Amino acid sequence: MLISQFLLLGAILFCIGVYGVIARKNAVLVLMSIELILNSVNINLLAFALRNGSADGHTFALYIIAVAAAEVGVGLAMVLLIYRNRRSIGLDELSEMRG
Amino acid sequence: MMFAASEVLAPLRGGWFLENAWLAPVVPTIGFALIVLIGKRLPKKGSEIGVLSMLVSLVMASGAAWQWIQRVGAANEEQFVAPVVRTWTWWQAGGMQFTIGQHIDGLTVVVLFVVAFISTLVQIYSLEYLRGDRRYTHFFAALTLFSAGMLAMVIAEDMILFLLGWEIMGLCSFMLIGHWWEDGANSRAALKAFFTVRTGDVGLLVGISMLFFAANDWTTTNLGLSGFSIRGISAWALSGEPNSTVILVAAFALFIAAIGKSGQFPLHTWLPDAMAGPTPVSSLLHSSTMVVAGVFLVARLYPVFFTGLDILGPSSNVIMVIAAITIVIAAALAFVQTDIKRVLAYSTVSQLGYMMLGLGAGAWLPAVFHIFTHAFFKACLFLCAGSISHSASHHSFDMKKDMGGLRKHMPVTFASWTVSTLALCGVFPFSGFFSKDEIIDNVGANGYTFFMVVGLGGAFLTAAYMTRATYLTFFGQARGASAGEHDTQDSHDAHGSHDAHDSHDAHDTKHDSPHESGILITAPIAILAVLAIFSGLFNATPFGESWEYMKKWVEPRAVVVAQPSAGGPGAALVLSLSEAESGYGDSPCGKEAPVDGICYAPQVNHAKFKWSKALLSLAIVFAGIAISWLLSAALYGRRDPRLVGLTQRNGVARAGYRLLANKYYLDDLYERGVVRAVVGPMAQGAYWFNQKVLDGILHGIARVARVVALVVYRDIDQRVVDGAVNASGELAQSAGTTVQPIQSGRVGHYGALLFATAAVVALVFVILNT
Repeated sequence: MLISQFLLLGAILFCIGVYGVIARKNAVLVLMSIELILNSVNINLLAFALRNGSADGHTFALYIIAVAAAEVGVGLAMVLLIYRNRRSIGLDELSEMRG
Repeated sequence: MMFAASEVLAPLRGGWFLENAWLAPVVPTIGFALIVLIGKRLPKKGSEIGVLSMLVSLVMASGAAWQWIQRVGAANEEQFVAPVVRTWTWWQAGGMQFTIGQHIDGLTVVVLFVVAFISTLVQIYSLEYLRGDRRYTHFFAALTLFSAGMLAMVIAEDMILFLLGWEIMGLCSFMLIGHWWEDGANSRAALKAFFTVRTGDVGLLVGISMLFFAANDWTTTNLGLSGFSIRGISAWALSGEPNSTVILVAAFALFIAAIGKSGQFPLHTWLPDAMAGPTPVSSLLHSSTMVVAGVFLVARLYPVFFTGLDILGPSSNVIMVIAAITIVIAAALAFVQTDIKRVLAYSTVSQLGYMMLGLGAGAWLPAVFHIFTHAFFKACLFLCAGSISHSASHHSFDMKKDMGGLRKHMPVTFASWTVSTLALCGVFPFSGFFSKDEIIDNVGANGYTFFMVVGLGGAFLTAAYMTRATYLTFFGQARGASAGEHDTQDSHDAHGSHDAHDSHDAHDTKHDSPHESGILITAPIAILAVLAIFSGLFNATPFGESWEYMKKWVEPRAVVVAQPSAGGPGAALVLSLSEAESGYGDSPCGKEAPVDGICYAPQVNHAKFKWSKALLSLAIVFAGIAISWLLSAALYGRRDPRLVGLTQRNGVARAGYRLLANKYYLDDLYERGVVRAVVGPMAQGAYWFNQKVLDGILHGIARVARVVALVVYRDIDQRVVDGAVNASGELAQSAGTTVQPIQSGRVGHYGALLFATAAVVALVFVILNT
C-alpha cells in the first residue's frame, strides 16, 4: 500500500529531525531539523488527505508551511542576535535558561 | 467559404520532438541540481554540466521547431493547426485537479529556440569571461536554472506552470544580479530588481485568479479544461461570454505584471541597475529571458488583452500608451549614460516598448518577430561590451573614461558590434529593419497615426544614441584604461574576482595593451552577429508573400474551430481533428462571438509593405546616425568649444540634462515618495493604535479588574484560598528541589525531555487504543 510508504518516509524524516534537534550544537542546524520535523508532519497530513480524498490535509499542510516560514524567520533573528552578543551560535554554551 | 470536413482537413503531423518538448526545461533543471550537488568536485567546476544541459535543450528546441514547421506544412492553408498538448495530473485535492503540461505551438517554438540558443552561447561565453571567479560553480548553477525557468514558462500549458517559471526567473535574476554581492551597490541593485518585479507580480497573481474564477465554469462545460488552461482562457476570451468589466480588470492586472517584468514605464527603473551583474547575465536577461517574459505573457494570452482592452478598437489602449511613453523616455535616457551597458539597457527598455506597441496595436506577428530578431542583436551587443571590458578596458564599462579607438585592436568585436548596431537601428538588409519597420508600419496601417509617429521618433533616437555609443567606444582617441593607463584604485567595474581574474595569462603578458578576446568569447559574438544580419529574412515582407515564413509558421490561424463535445481529458484529441469552417482572412474571431465553434486567436490585419513608407523610416534612421555622428565627432573628437560644457552654460540644456541624469526623478520618487510614504504612516498608525486603542482597552479592563479584585481579595482570597495555597506551596517547594537538576539550562536537554515525554504520551495512546 502506497500510504504506508508515505508514512514511513514521514517517520524517518521525523526521527532524523529529532536526532538533529537533540544532538546538534549549531543553532542553525537545529532550526533546520525543526523544519524537517514540520515537513514530516506535512507528509503525514498529505498522505492521509490523499487516502481520504479531502482537501483538509492539503489546507493544513499549506498553513504549516506558512507557519514554518514565520518560525524560521523568528528563529534566525534570534540566532543572529545571539551571535551578535556572544560571537558564537553554539547551543551548548547557552545556559541562561537555568532555573 | 464552406468545405466538407474531408476536403479541408489534413491530418496533423506530430513527432517525437514535439511530443517531448517538455524535456527542454526539465534537462536544465536536473543540470542545476547536479551542479549544486557535485559541481565543485568536477574538473571544470560544474560548467560542463551547464553547457551540456543547455545543448540538450537546444537540440530539443530545434527538433521541436523543425517538426512544427512540418506540421504546419502538412496542414491545409486555412486549417487551424492545433498545438501539441500533453498534460499530467500534478496535484489533486477535493475534486479540483491541477495539471502540469506542455503547450507547443508556433509562438512556443520560436521563443523556445531563441532562449535555448542564446543560453547556450552565453554559457560558452561565460566559460572564459568568468574564469577564476570565486563563485564560478554557483554562477553556472543559477544561470542554468534561470534558463530552465524561462523554458518552463514558454512551454507552459496552464497559468500555474507559467507562474512557476516566471517566479523562478525572478529568483534567479536576483541571485545573478547580486552575484558579486560583496559590493553594496550590487546587492542593492539585486534587491531593487527583485522588489520592483515583485510589485508587478502581484498583478499576475490577481490576473490569473480572476481569469480562473471567471472562466472555469465555461471552460469545464465547453472544453473539459480547467480555468487555468491557456487554451481554455483564450477560447473563453473570444467566445463573447466574458463580462467586459471582469476581463478588462484581469487584462489590466496581467499587464501590470508585464510592465514590471518587461521594464515598461513606470517600473523600468530596475533594468539599468541590473547591469550590476556579470555581463553574460545582462546579455541573457536583456535579450531572450526575463524581460521578454512580460511581452511573452501578452502574446500568449493575446485573446484576453484583445477582448479586455479592445485592441484594434477605435481608441488607443493602455498598452500602446505605456509602450509609447517607454520608447521615448528610455531612448532619451540612453543619451546621458557614460556606462556602455547602461546605454544598451535603456535601448532594451525602448525596444521592449516597440514590442508592446506592436501587441497593443494589433500587430501580433511583427511584435513576436521583433522578440526573435532583437534577441540576437541585443545579446551580441552585450557580449561585445563584455568582450571590451574583459580584454581592453580592465573591467571598466565607462565609455568616456576608459574606451575609445578600439576598432583597430578588436576587429571581431568591432565588426560584430557594428552589424548589431545597424540591426538595432533598423538599417535595411539587417534583421532589425524587417521587424521594427513592420511594427511601425502595422501600427500606422491599423489607424494609430500618432503612435506610428512616436515609433518613427524612437527610431531616430535609437540611431542617434547607438551612434554616440559606437563613436565613444571604437573611434576617436584611446582614453583611460584602453590607452594603457592602469587605474590602481579599483574604482571601475566592481569585479568580485579582480585579483584572481587579473592573474590569468592574457593580463600578465599583454598587461597594458588592449587586445582581441579569446575564441570562447569571439565565437559566440560572431555567431550572433551573423544571425543579426540574416534572421530578418525569416519574415522579409519586402520580398513578397513567399518570404513570410514567420507568418505561416508562427501566427495562430484565426479560424472558427468546431466545438468538441463537452468531454473529459480526450478533448484535446477531438480539437486537433476538428474542422475549419470559415476562411482565413475574413474570420469573425475577435470581432464577434463565433457561432457553433470556438476561436483560439483573434483575426488581425497585416499591412501591405510599401517601399515609400520604408524609405521614409530609413531616411529618419540615417538622419539620426548622421546628426549623432557629426555631434559626437565635434563634441568628443575635436572638443568643439561651442558644444563642450553646453549643459553647464545653457539653462534649457542644463535643466534637460539634469532631468535625464536623475532619470526623471523616478528613483527618488520611489525611494522617498512611495517607500517612505508607505512605511512612515504605517509605523505611525501602528504606534497610535498601540498607544490609544490597545492601551485604552487595557486600562479599561484593568480598572474593572481592580474593583473585582478588591472584593475577591477580602472575601475569598484571604479566607479560603490562602490555606490551600500555603499547603500547595510547601508541596511545590519539595517537588522543585527534587527536579531541580533537570533544569540544566541547556536547550538540547530540554529538547530531549520534550521528545521523550511526547514519545511516552504517544506510547500510552497507542496502548490505550489497541
